[in-house]
Amino acid sequence: MKKTTVNNLITCGIVLAFFIICGVLSSAGVLGSKLSGLLIPIGIYIILSISLNLTVGILGELSLGHAGFMCVGAYVGGVFSILVQNVITVSWLRISLAIVIGGLAAALFGVLIGIPVLRLRGDYLAIVTLGFGEIIKSIANNIYIVKDINGLHFSFASPVSGVDAATASDIFKGAQGIKAPQDTTLVIVVIVLMLSLIVIMNLVDSKTGRACMAIRDNYIAAQSVGINVTKYRLAAFVVSAAIAGVAGVLYSHSLAVLAPKKFDYNLSILILVFVVLGGLGSMRGSIIATIILYALPEIFREVGDYRMLIYAIVLIAMMIFKNAPYFKNLMEKIKALPIFEKLKPKQKVKTAGGESK
Amino acid sequence: MMSFISYLVNGISLGSIYALIALGYTMVYGIAKMLNFAHGDIIMVGGFTIFTAMSTAWCPVWLSVLIGIAVCTVLGVVVEKVAYKPLRTAPPLAVLITAIGVSYLLQNVALLIFGSASQSFTSIVKNIAPVTLGGVTISMETIISIVISLIIMVCLTIFINKTKAGKAMLAVSEDKGAAQLMGINVNATISLTFAIGSALAGVASALLCSSYPQISPYTGSMPGIKAFVAAVFGGIGSIPGAMIGGILLGVIENLSKAYISSQLSDAIVFLVLIVVLIVKPTGIMGKKINEKV
Amino acid sequence: MSEAAPMLEIKNLAIQFGGLKAVDNLNLTIKKNQLYGLIGPNGAGKTTVFNMLTGVYKPTSGTIYLNGENITGKSPAQINKHGIARTFQNIRLFKDMSVLDNVKVGLHNQKKYTGIEGVLRLPRYFKEEKEMDEKATELLKVFELDGEKDTLSSNLPYGKQRKLEIARALATNPKLLLLDEPAAGMNPNETADLMRTIRFIIEKFDMTILLIEHDMKLVSGICEEVTVLNFGQELAQGVTTEVLNDPKVITAYLGE
Repeated sequence: MKKTTVNNLITCGIVLAFFIICGVLSSAGVLGSKLSGLLIPIGIYIILSISLNLTVGILGELSLGHAGFMCVGAYVGGVFSILVQNVITVSWLRISLAIVIGGLAAALFGVLIGIPVLRLRGDYLAIVTLGFGEIIKSIANNIYIVKDINGLHFSFASPVSGVDAATASDIFKGAQGIKAPQDTTLVIVVIVLMLSLIVIMNLVDSKTGRACMAIRDNYIAAQSVGINVTKYRLAAFVVSAAIAGVAGVLYSHSLAVLAPKKFDYNLSILILVFVVLGGLGSMRGSIIATIILYALPEIFREVGDYRMLIYAIVLIAMMIFKNAPYFKNLMEKIKALPIFEKLKPKQKVKTAGGESK
Repeated sequence: MMSFISYLVNGISLGSIYALIALGYTMVYGIAKMLNFAHGDIIMVGGFTIFTAMSTAWCPVWLSVLIGIAVCTVLGVVVEKVAYKPLRTAPPLAVLITAIGVSYLLQNVALLIFGSASQSFTSIVKNIAPVTLGGVTISMETIISIVISLIIMVCLTIFINKTKAGKAMLAVSEDKGAAQLMGINVNATISLTFAIGSALAGVASALLCSSYPQISPYTGSMPGIKAFVAAVFGGIGSIPGAMIGGILLGVIENLSKAYISSQLSDAIVFLVLIVVLIVKPTGIMGKKINEKV
Repeated sequence: MSEAAPMLEIKNLAIQFGGLKAVDNLNLTIKKNQLYGLIGPNGAGKTTVFNMLTGVYKPTSGTIYLNGENITGKSPAQINKHGIARTFQNIRLFKDMSVLDNVKVGLHNQKKYTGIEGVLRLPRYFKEEKEMDEKATELLKVFELDGEKDTLSSNLPYGKQRKLEIARALATNPKLLLLDEPAAGMNPNETADLMRTIRFIIEKFDMTILLIEHDMKLVSGICEEVTVLNFGQELAQGVTTEVLNDPKVITAYLGE
């Protein structure tokens, strides 16, 4: 088997093992309700970080609007579920449909936003994705949907006019957001996570993924070997958006209430922190970083206050260590030491096994 | 009509603050070819410094503002030396992530010290009555913002075009290597640029916090991003562009707040950015940069 | 596309940057299987010509025919699909990808499986990936790089990076190969080795080559015909030995 395939299987194994072990421990009551409650958000955040890693690590473009795509998925899927709540009563079927619809909606936004945005590169692209993320949030903050006997009423202002007050029920209430049925279960999260992971890893290990990495490494050379740069950039961007949308659906169905202000710039940055600290382009890294960085501050409350501060420092330190010429030379020298040459393959297996426990 | 004029004047006032911040972005971008994401947060640090100096240390207004500007200047230079200088040869993505990290760091330090709640800021121009001109009332903050911004812009233009240090900045932004060969101290010039940009952010923080008398750890990020929009709007790297872009953006924001929707005004500002970048990515006054093959 | 058409025909090609005429009124014809040199002092506009041929720059005026087909103003990716591949003066490898993957990116357009087939791992994915691996390995063997398949391309020594760039260009199955200073930074032994490789490429891949070079030994050693550019204009053109002895050319290189 190819080395990449083996590596990908190990990554899948780590995720499965983590969730199975934690799931068993949680149902046996060993884990406690607080830690058990973390499993679903951890799963959702992993989906978000691997999808962002596709844009940042594989395509090499910094997207600061990932929360925006998540927002689209969360609300489109959520509104769908609220509407069909009384028609489809089987919760797993309802959320499955919501996932498909929310994912498609986010993909559609990915196309609409990607076409203009991907004409740009680097800093400009980053700031424009940030802008789009904020626009999506602002718009969601001003959406009002009310259902009454006559059907749906949609407005950008509250109170919505022409509503039959006696039969009215709020579906989307502007800054207060929505109350979607809580259909998300750990099993569904793990299934969606595994599917997303497989889609992303298979995509990366194919012509498409290589084309994206080629564009990342050298835009002009990629064009010179006949790669349709626009096409592959858009493809990666849209897949990334769609998966973020799917994560959004899971998210809106895991909370009692979801307000749009949750999907701000800081959420996009938080996911970016997971991706960067896990290693750009490494799905396994994103997964492990998300688990550790999400769970640790929740477990050690005293760390909680300082967590953002620590993230920030680690983010800066990481970039300087990896890219500053002085540290780069130092690392080369350390790597060249005979001890590390021998240890290398062993170490990898060890961390892989260590994580699963 | 009267209300339109007052919205317009307020827009120009806000815009001139944006212009001051945008100047910092544009100068740094021109010289270091990087988007200094933390620039907005330096404004926030300046605001908190002035706030603390006035409320806790009971310094007079002029001294508080001077302290604020000094802290911003030093902070800008330190950030450049510690975080950005080691990454001069690094890929742009790494630099951008570092800048985001610095922004995040400043916000969270402020969060730990001052908490997340907004504190009310006392205006630096207390007890001066607003001016009424032909039926339009203009607050003193507005007038001061516009006047101070104009003075600074004029001085800056003269500095860059007429002094040795200013010309060195132009040279470094054109070609670092060639500038070095001409005997220009590139590191010192870059430091100077960060110092000036951050000092302007310090001035902007005094004006911003007076016009909108509130301050929180997140105060800087939105004006910072908007000022970047202004810098891009005017053409990044261009100093007159930053001024025009800033003022236009302030006017657009205030008019859309007044006539469209106050909640969607941020969305409209970003829409402007997106349209500008897509239709004319080089902005109003910018020039095209081709990648060398 | 007629049989008699030359491989490359450039007619009155010109480009202007602002007020500067970087290349002016260039005419050039290259026959199939020819090894043609484009030489000239620094800043003469040689790389600019390459950039126009490969679509990086759009010419201000003039036309470019590849095998009788007008390719002027097409995008770089389209031009590559028409059959022009190139290397770069300042090496442009996909530096965070393995040596093998660099070549596989070059094979991209020759395999037809879609992204969806890749994600779902349908049979065509496995079949074509295997073919790509074999083809890429075969190409790497030509350049004696097959032993370093899994090395990160940026970790290769300089000379091998130049070779890998050629291998990647050949992987796109071009009719015409453009080499931009292939011997830059090489020692005499490596240059001699490169000359052998270039001759071998012409035979083995039935290739036509246009190269830019500073190393006069390399040019006089392998190029049949050359064009000399100076200040964006053609200074001399013809059989290599004659052109290199032309007093005009010597003056341009050495000064008055």
